[in-house]
Amino acid sequence: MVHKMPSGTDELIADLADAIGAGRVTAGGAAREIYGRDSSIIEGGHSGPVCFPESTRQIAECVRVAVAHGRDFVPRGAGTGLSGGAVPCNDPVVISTTRMNRILEVDVERRIAWVEPGVINLDLSRHLAGTGLHFAPDPSSQQACTIGGNLANNSGGPHCLAYGVTSEHVAAIEVVLSDASTVLLGAEVGDAVGYDLRGAFVGGEGTLGIAARIAVRLTPDPPVVRTLLLDFQSLVDAAETVTGIIAAGIVPAALEMMDRNTVEAVENFVEAGYPRDAEAVLIVELDGLEEGVTHEIKIVKRVGNENGVGTVRVAADDVERELIWKGRRNAFGAIAHIKPGYYLHDTVVPRTRLAEVVAKVNEAVERHDLIVANVFHAGDGNLHPLMAFDPREPGVMERVYAASEEIVRIAIEAGGVLSGEHGIGLEKRGFMPLLYSPDDLSAQRALRDAFDPVGHANPLKMFPTGSSCGDVMHLAEVPEGVWV
Amino acid sequence: MSDLEEFRNEVGTTGSVCVKGGGTRWDVGGEVGQGVRVVSAPSGIDAYDPAEMTVLVGAGTTLTALAEVLAEHRQEVALAGPVGSTVGGALAVGWNSIRRQRVGFARDALLQAECVGADGKRFKAGGPTVKNASGYELCRLLVGSLGTLALMGRVILRTTPIPEWSLWLRGSVTPADVVKSCYRPASILWDGSYSHVCLEGYEADVQREASALIDSGMVKVQGPPSLPPHRNRLTGDLPEGAILDVAIGVAHCPEAAAIQCVDPAVKCIADRMKANFDPHRRLNPNRDPYSVPA
Ligand SMILES: Cc1cc2nc3c(=O)[nH]c(=O)nc-3n(C[C@H](O)[C@H](O)[C@H](O)COP(=O)(O)OP(=O)(O)OC[C@H]3O[C@@H](n4cnc5c(N)ncnc54)[C@H](O)[C@@H]3O)c2cc1C
Repeated sequence: MVHKMPSGTDELIADLADAIGAGRVTAGGAAREIYGRDSSIIEGGHSGPVCFPESTRQIAECVRVAVAHGRDFVPRGAGTGLSGGAVPCNDPVVISTTRMNRILEVDVERRIAWVEPGVINLDLSRHLAGTGLHFAPDPSSQQACTIGGNLANNSGGPHCLAYGVTSEHVAAIEVVLSDASTVLLGAEVGDAVGYDLRGAFVGGEGTLGIAARIAVRLTPDPPVVRTLLLDFQSLVDAAETVTGIIAAGIVPAALEMMDRNTVEAVENFVEAGYPRDAEAVLIVELDGLEEGVTHEIKIVKRVGNENGVGTVRVAADDVERELIWKGRRNAFGAIAHIKPGYYLHDTVVPRTRLAEVVAKVNEAVERHDLIVANVFHAGDGNLHPLMAFDPREPGVMERVYAASEEIVRIAIEAGGVLSGEHGIGLEKRGFMPLLYSPDDLSAQRALRDAFDPVGHANPLKMFPTGSSCGDVMHLAEVPEGVWV
Repeated sequence: MSDLEEFRNEVGTTGSVCVKGGGTRWDVGGEVGQGVRVVSAPSGIDAYDPAEMTVLVGAGTTLTALAEVLAEHRQEVALAGPVGSTVGGALAVGWNSIRRQRVGFARDALLQAECVGADGKRFKAGGPTVKNASGYELCRLLVGSLGTLALMGRVILRTTPIPEWSLWLRGSVTPADVVKSCYRPASILWDGSYSHVCLEGYEADVQREASALIDSGMVKVQGPPSLPPHRNRLTGDLPEGAILDVAIGVAHCPEAAAIQCVDPAVKCIADRMKANFDPHRRLNPNRDPYSVPA
């Protein structure tokens, strides 16, 4: 049942329609239902009117009208976020960037592209084909997620190991603040003078303002790319191999791990050619110039051999390489087929403690009688335990929450952090005090308040609060065309 | 272990205070003025795990001392500064290495900072792991803030592998042509007539890329040219005697450029930031990150 809108909503809708055109505002029950959630398991969000601005000025108008009516606003990209960042609390105006999906300018020589925030990540890379350049952040949701969302969550992806997460690839941002003013942060080349407000804005989860135009840095395509598949009879050996590769002074382009449950699910689903009897497989991608890559392949093989690797397969051609990655890309969907419900977790631990932490996580999840599969960015210690379950089973959600809390505690005890790339949103705001003291949180609050002193930009996210918004969780479907 | 409690006590809760590192870039952003208490951050390397590629270090440690320890494991950090400069100073100033294309931005090197705030309380920004999306990006805000928001006591930095081979070339090939013939050169400097290029990586790859540049008339040289003292953001033509760091748009010039007006909208956020972190303006008073030549 769609929640009833608070009083004054009719006037709000009329003012929004006046400001940006009636065709760009909707307040129908179906839209509010869709925009009441994202891809997390969080439910209980209540959306107010949903706007689809088509320019920076229209974004500013939406903000102005929302705040004039005393409403909050929530920026929204594709809604693929996994921490509830785009889930609306208290009937805010939802500002969707989906109609702002133009690639405005590509400067090949200076390696900069100006894009609107609603450009889909993969669309930019496709657009750049043939220029010898690409946009490096490659979240597994790249077929669906937007560059504005990537920026707001400082998203990562397999290739962020060598190339860095989104922040490193954002040069400048045109931002609409909560007072409806527009400001340009950062610089196309190098650092802007003064505080790195660009860097502070990235990862702000829509709580600092709305990115309306973004200058992203483009990365040259590597001349040589080799993809290796290594299989192991123990997860500890695979993890030791990860540590050994990094310790040998190699930072691969990507270094991904999948455990037995994942391999099995993937093979049943897409037949990527992974050895079914392996306890763990590693995908190692090396790129750069010919000699270096050849040399690094030797080192990876050596480190693998020292740690009991079964076989090391170097993809012979693009077809084989694509098949290896196809398995990885489909891992999420494959696991989601085991059971009707899933919950994908995201924490980071020191990479030298991967094996120990994965063992503890598995033990904890299994103790709660849930299936767990691990498919993750091993190279930077970014764990993604994926719990699969049947939500119709009575009491299952309580077990899921209990297991996820244990996962967070295990990661923090191992010297890790709450999230590597999905962000805090509503999902983990209650865990923030596990990682940060009240004084740490005050400093973060000081940053937030400098951008949004009135507190209307996507409030209730990130910080622990007593609010009940979004505490009713339920399960999300795998979004169409999306993979992990 | 660096004594952060002692540092906190030194900073105290009242009176103007500034933190001095090596003093090598003391005048950047303006002099702090008379009567300001000078404190220094703890020094020493507290933990270093090469396989983790992170190092926990007192902000008062010199870059040279840190570099020596990291070099034993063929690693380095993205920070740069004259001899004598400290980790904390390099972060506060936030200047990028001329090898930025290889080592990355200075602002991406800081993973965690344990600070003392203007209220005399300790707080932590960021986290210990190489990847972290837990909360706001305070670390990025601190880099380049000239100690005006908080004083860093101890930090965790990201390290990167030192390349097997490195060489510098000089010649009249333009930066645009260098980029066309090389994959990600570590540095390109341009003095108006000549490019100075640093190639880094595995020896055979470096030699191959170098020979292509040598065929176009470049010659091997010992290292980078000596850089004029003033760092200005390049706006128009390259001034006489200046050297441009192409990747970051900074011109190293014989004369300091005028200080440009800051966009009032940006200044407005910056002023609120300062007021929120340091309402009584006791940290590095008179120093202004916007008061640098641009
Ligand atoms: C199957 C699957 C796989 C995934 N894999 C990865 C992965 O590998 N790596 C990874 O990092 N993430 C991953 N994610 C998470 C998610 O895709 C990313 O966080 C993505 O960047 C979100 O983009 P979006 O456009 O969907 O943003 P949304 O979900 O719409 O919004 C996310 C947050 O950004 C804010 N926001 C959106 N647009 C703007 C804007 N223009 N200005 C300011 N704030 C804005 C919102 O308010 C919200 O807080 C995955 C998700 C799924 C479902």
